[in-house]
Amino acid sequence: MKLKLNEISKSFGPVKANSDINLTVNRGEILGLLGENGAGKTTLMNILTGLYKPDSGSILIDNQLKVFHNPREANKNGVGMVHQHFMLVPVFSVTENIILGTEPTTTFNKIDLTNAKEKVLKISSEYNLDVDPNQLIEKLPVGIQQRVEIIKILFRDAEILIFDEPTAVLTPQEVVEFFEIIKNLKKAGKAIIFITHKLHEVLEVCDRINVLRSGKIVGEELPKKTTNKKLAELMVGRKVNLKTNRQIVEKGEVLLEVNNLSILSENKEPLLSNLDVKLHKNEILGIAGVQGNGQTEFIEALTGLRKISSGKISYFGKECKNFSPRKIHQLGVRHIPEDRQKQGLIGDFSLTENIILNTYYEKKFSNNIALNWSNAKKEAKRIIEKFDVRTNSEEISADKLSGGNQQKLLIGREMSRSINLLIASQPTRGVDVGSIEYIHNQIVMARNKGIGVLLNSTELDEIIALSDRIIVFYEGRVIAEFPSNADPNIIGLAMAGVN
Amino acid sequence: MKFFIYLSNYFSNRETIQEIFLIPVIATLLAIFLGLLLLIVSGSSTQIALTALVALFTGSFGSLSAISETFTAATPLIFAALGIAVGFRAGLFNIGAEGQIILGGMAAVVIGFSFQLPFAIHLIIILLSGALFGAFYAFIAGWLKATTGAHEVITTIMLNLIAYRLLDFFLRMPAIQKEGRNDPISKSIFETAELPRILYLLDPNLRVHMGFLIAIVAVFFVYWLIFHTTIGYEFRAVGKSVEASKYGGINPAITIVLAMSIAGLLAGLAGACQIAGVLGRATPGFSAGIGFDAIAVALLGRAHPIGVLFAGILFGALIAGGRAMQVSANVSLDLITVIQALIIIFIAAPILIRKLFPWIFK
Ligand SMILES: Nc1ncnc2c1ncn2[C@@H]1O[C@H](COP(=O)(O)OP(=O)(O)OP(=O)(O)O)[C@@H](O)[C@H]1O
Ligand SMILES: [Mg+2]
Repeated sequence: MKLKLNEISKSFGPVKANSDINLTVNRGEILGLLGENGAGKTTLMNILTGLYKPDSGSILIDNQLKVFHNPREANKNGVGMVHQHFMLVPVFSVTENIILGTEPTTTFNKIDLTNAKEKVLKISSEYNLDVDPNQLIEKLPVGIQQRVEIIKILFRDAEILIFDEPTAVLTPQEVVEFFEIIKNLKKAGKAIIFITHKLHEVLEVCDRINVLRSGKIVGEELPKKTTNKKLAELMVGRKVNLKTNRQIVEKGEVLLEVNNLSILSENKEPLLSNLDVKLHKNEILGIAGVQGNGQTEFIEALTGLRKISSGKISYFGKECKNFSPRKIHQLGVRHIPEDRQKQGLIGDFSLTENIILNTYYEKKFSNNIALNWSNAKKEAKRIIEKFDVRTNSEEISADKLSGGNQQKLLIGREMSRSINLLIASQPTRGVDVGSIEYIHNQIVMARNKGIGVLLNSTELDEIIALSDRIIVFYEGRVIAEFPSNADPNIIGLAMAGVN
Repeated sequence: MKFFIYLSNYFSNRETIQEIFLIPVIATLLAIFLGLLLLIVSGSSTQIALTALVALFTGSFGSLSAISETFTAATPLIFAALGIAVGFRAGLFNIGAEGQIILGGMAAVVIGFSFQLPFAIHLIIILLSGALFGAFYAFIAGWLKATTGAHEVITTIMLNLIAYRLLDFFLRMPAIQKEGRNDPISKSIFETAELPRILYLLDPNLRVHMGFLIAIVAVFFVYWLIFHTTIGYEFRAVGKSVEASKYGGINPAITIVLAMSIAGLLAGLAGACQIAGVLGRATPGFSAGIGFDAIAVALLGRAHPIGVLFAGILFGALIAGGRAMQVSANVSLDLITVIQALIIIFIAAPILIRKLFPWIFK
C-alpha cells in the first residue's frame, strides 16, 4: 500500500504542532522521520492512526481519501502503530494481548484461542518474530514485548507500520534484531515509518529520510548521500558538535563508597552480590551493561528506594543506614531516574507542580505548611528557559509535553540546584541530538566543578564519551573495570559476560 | 462568562469550566427531565408531572423557607463529601463516610447531654468531639491499608456495618437511652450545645443553622489544604503516582493514613452538625444515608471543594424539593432517588453528555 499525507496541520491552542505536512511512503520502503523534541513527529503519527483529528489536510491510501475517527478505523485500513510506551496488559498472555479488541470467536461467543495461537505462530515464523504465545507479558523483557506489539498490528493485517522511537528502550543486541525484523517486513512489501533520535540508525536502515522542525518538513535526504552532521544540522537548524569535549581532571576524594553490597529478591534470589564501588570527586563513573543485570536495583538502593540485604553504603564518609529517599536527597545527591513517566514525573501534574516534586518541603517552596506557588512558578520558568523545554506555559500538565521535553524538564530539575553527587540513569533517553549535546556538556561541567557523577546508560557510546572510568555489570556483579580509553569491543564482550 | 473561566482556572487543578459547572448542571436537568418522563410513562398524567416539576423547584428554591430547607439538607452532605473528595485526591475510595458520621454523631450526643457548659464552649467541644471520633474511625481503615494493604473499599464497608450495630447497642445503654423509653433513642442534648439557627430573627421556624456557614468555611479550608499546602501536595502526588511520590521523598503510608483521617474528620463533623443543628438526639437511622449520598456529591463536584459546595446544595435542593413534590403532587420520594441515580450515570459518562450536546462543548 502507498500512503500519502497531504497538507496536514494540527494546533494545540497556540502551539502549531504540525503545519502543512506532505509526506509519502511507498510499498516496501522504510521512511525515517527525524526531528527535534517537540517537532511534531508523534502528533503526526497520532493523526495518521486516528488518535487526533487534523485541523486540515487529508490522508490518502492508494490514492483514496481516508478519514479515521479512531485507531480501530485506521487498523481496518491497514495502518498500525507501535507506540513508544507499550500498550500491553501485563497479566495477559502474549496471545491474549494480541487478540485484544479483535477476539476471534467460535459458537456461543467463546474466544477461539487455539486458532488465534496458530495465527500468531504463523506470523512470528513468517517475519522471524520469535515469541512464546503462552508466556505472560510481565515475564518478558522489553525487546520481546516490542515483538508482541509488532505481531499485534500484523495480526490486524497492517500494511503501513509506524514505529515511534522503537529503539529507545532496546539493548544494542535487541536493536540489531529489531533491524532484521523491519528489513523482513520491508521485503514483505510493508510501508514503514521509523522515528528515532539516533542518526546512525536512520542511515543504516532507511530508504529515505524526512526531517521535521517546528512542525514543518524542512528537508528530505537519502542515506547514501548524507551524513550524521548534515542531518543533525537540518534537525536543529544550527551546527551541532557530536563529540563531547572532556578535558582530563584530577579526581578528588571518595564521595560514595559501597562495600560488599548484596540485595536479595523477595524469593531470596540474589539481585546484587558483594558489590564494591567507589565514586570520587571530579569523576564520572560509567555503569555499562545489558539492561536487567542489577543496575536498576543498584541505583534504587543508592537512592533509598530499595532495602539492602547486607553491606554498606556511605556518602561523604558517613554510612547511610536505611536512609529514606528524602534524607539522601538532602545530602545533595540528585537522581535522574531511568523511567521518567513512572518515577520522575507525574503526568497529570503541571510543570510547576513537577518542578517541586522532591523539593516542595524546602524553605524556598514552603513554610512547612503552605506552599509558595509563586517561587515554584519562578523556578519552573527558570528551568524551562535554561534547559530549553519547548512549551508555551508552565501550567500545562507534563504529559502534554513531547517525550524528549519531559526528559529535559526532569534533567533541568535535578541539575539546576545545589548538588554534590549526581546519579543519572539513561539521562538522554528520547532526547534529540541538540539536547544531548547540551545535557552531556552539563554533566561534564558538573564533574569539572567537583561533583561526582554515576552514569548508568545502556548506550555504550554515551558511557564511553562521558566516563572517566567504566564498570561493567553482569548478573548482579561488577565483572570488569576499564579506563576511559578502553576498546569498546572489549567492553562489549564484558557486557556479554566474557571476561 | 469571563468570571467563570477565571474562577475555573483559579480554583481548579486543570479541570475545565465545563467539567466543573456545565456537566453537573446538564446532568441534573437531564436527570430531572428523564425522571418526570418516567412518571408519565408509568401512568401519571402530564398534569401531575408538571405539578411535581413545579413543586421540585418551589420546594427547593421557591421561598425563603424552601431555601432554608435546601441549605439544611446540604450541610452534612457538604461536610461528608469534602472528606470523600480529600480521599479521592489521595487515590482513596472512602465508602465509610456513613460509619464515620455515625461515630461522630454518637460522640456529639454524649458530649451534648452529659454536661452543660457555656454556650460557645459547649458548641466547640461538641463539634470537635464529632470530628475526632470520625477521624479515629477512618484512621482505622487508613492504618489497615498502610500496614497490610487491605483495600479501603472493603474495610470501610465493614466499618459501616460495625457502626450500625455499635449505634444499636449504644442507644440501648442505660446511660444513653432516654429515660422512660423502650425504643432505642438517646437523651436530648442541652440547648447550649445546639447550633443556632441563623435566620432565627426572621422566622424561628427556618431550620438552616450555623453548620451551613461552617461548611462553607470548610470548603475554603479544604480548597486551601488540597491546593496550597504541602500536605495537600502529598495527597495529590500519592493519588496520582505512588512510585513518583516515593521518588519525591513522600512516605505513601503516612500520607494515606493522614488523608483517610482528615476524610473521617470531615464526615464526623457532618454527624455532629446533624445532631447539634437538626436532630438534637440520636436514633437508629439518624445518619439517613448521608454518607452514601455524599459519595455522589463528591463525584458530582469532581472532588473539587467548590464543585462539592454546589453539588451539595444541588442534592440538598433535590431532598427539600422532593419532600414538597411528595406533598403537593403525591409523588413517591423514590423518584428523587431515581433522579439522583440518573445524575450519577450522566456524571460517570461525561462523554455521553458531550455527545448529546456537542454544541455546548465547542
Ligand atoms: N495533547 C496535547 N496537548 C497540548 N499540546 C500537545 C499535545 N500533544 C503534543 N503537544 C505539543 O505539540 C508539540 C509536538 O509534540 P510531539 O509529541 O508531536 O513531538 P515529538 O516530535 O514527538 O517530540 P519527541 O521527540 O520529544 O517525542 C509539542 O510542543 C507538544 O508540547
Ligand atoms: Mg514523540
